[in-house]
Amino acid sequence: MTKETRPLSPHLSVYRWQVTNTLSIIHRLSGVALYLGSLLLPIWIAAIAYSGSFGQVILSLISHPISKFPLIGLTFAFFYHSLNGIRHLLWDIGKGFEPNQVRNSGIAVVALSLLMTAIFWWMI
Amino acid sequence: MAEFTLPKNSKVEKGRYFSADKSATNLRKFHVYRYDPSDDSNPCVDTYEIDMDKCGPMVLDGLIKIKSDYDSSLTFRRSCREGICGSCSHNINGVNTLACIKPIKDLKGDIRIFPLPHMDVVKDLVVDLTNFYEGYSSVEPWLKSDTPAPDGSERLQSKEDQKKIDQPSACILCACCSTSCPSYWWNGDKYLGPAALLASYRWLQDSRDDAKKERLKELNDSSKLYRCHTIMNCSLACPKDLNPGQAIAEIKKMIATEDLNE
Repeated sequence: MTKETRPLSPHLSVYRWQVTNTLSIIHRLSGVALYLGSLLLPIWIAAIAYSGSFGQVILSLISHPISKFPLIGLTFAFFYHSLNGIRHLLWDIGKGFEPNQVRNSGIAVVALSLLMTAIFWWMI
Repeated sequence: MAEFTLPKNSKVEKGRYFSADKSATNLRKFHVYRYDPSDDSNPCVDTYEIDMDKCGPMVLDGLIKIKSDYDSSLTFRRSCREGICGSCSHNINGVNTLACIKPIKDLKGDIRIFPLPHMDVVKDLVVDLTNFYEGYSSVEPWLKSDTPAPDGSERLQSKEDQKKIDQPSACILCACCSTSCPSYWWNGDKYLGPAALLASYRWLQDSRDDAKKERLKELNDSSKLYRCHTIMNCSLACPKDLNPGQAIAEIKKMIATEDLNE
């Protein structure tokens, strides 16, 4: 029996989603979303510089009602990534490691970022 | 690059169904991962009906009942049946824990028993722990002292100093934490994982150990230590209520604050 022929035991497909690894993957995904989303601004500015009408096209794309959904997603990504970043900084100084603290701080971060996203879109 | 799906030979298929005696009224279903290395077939999940009136209270009792009543070839590790040997660690209803101290009544619905995640399966629920033990031995988990032990006595320690290592010393190396860690799943070949790092922390914290700098230098590595992204599945999984995630954070703090070049 060689090692290569041994099956690999199931992992992602069987492990129950915990608050911990769920928020960790959302942190990564929101980071990627912010990276891509932040490209929007230079693209828009470059388009305006290229020609005013091209800038208008980009502006109308951004202000189209359907564009609201990815933009709301982007705002959530911003608030979530920032708040969860603070959670990570607290861990880095050795605070908040008890299992119930880990769970509760995670739930608080999600609730706060949803709330801040809602307030942000209500205000603009 | 992380592989999110299972290789072809590891895809889990539907297995056999074993019914309990018709007279049984207090039934629970156990779905158990099976793999037989002696034939070419893929792993599968067999289902066993267990009469709870004739079964002990713990998940391990269920496994032993399956082995004695239905299929004596069912293979799993167990020894002490009281949570001190660390042999019967499994993925039970989605979370890694010890079968011997997990009450069946605490589990909702059917009971699903899988081997520890993302490990090479030897047979049924038994996984190859070679790499896990190699990580443990690489942190050199023994006392390194520059001075000989005092004549005719042990190296004495204060109660306060002992307190610092009580928790990490209680690790039974069941591998529940390491195999709950997505970082260990994708980088288990380079990343030491929570259990080995907790063991390292135990010696870093020991007032009698003189190799702190040497140990920290060895750990100060982008893969061995810093593949930990504080996901924290480890500390939720630990059946002994230890906190490997916190221990890793403390090691990172030591590296950040100690001058390792002296």
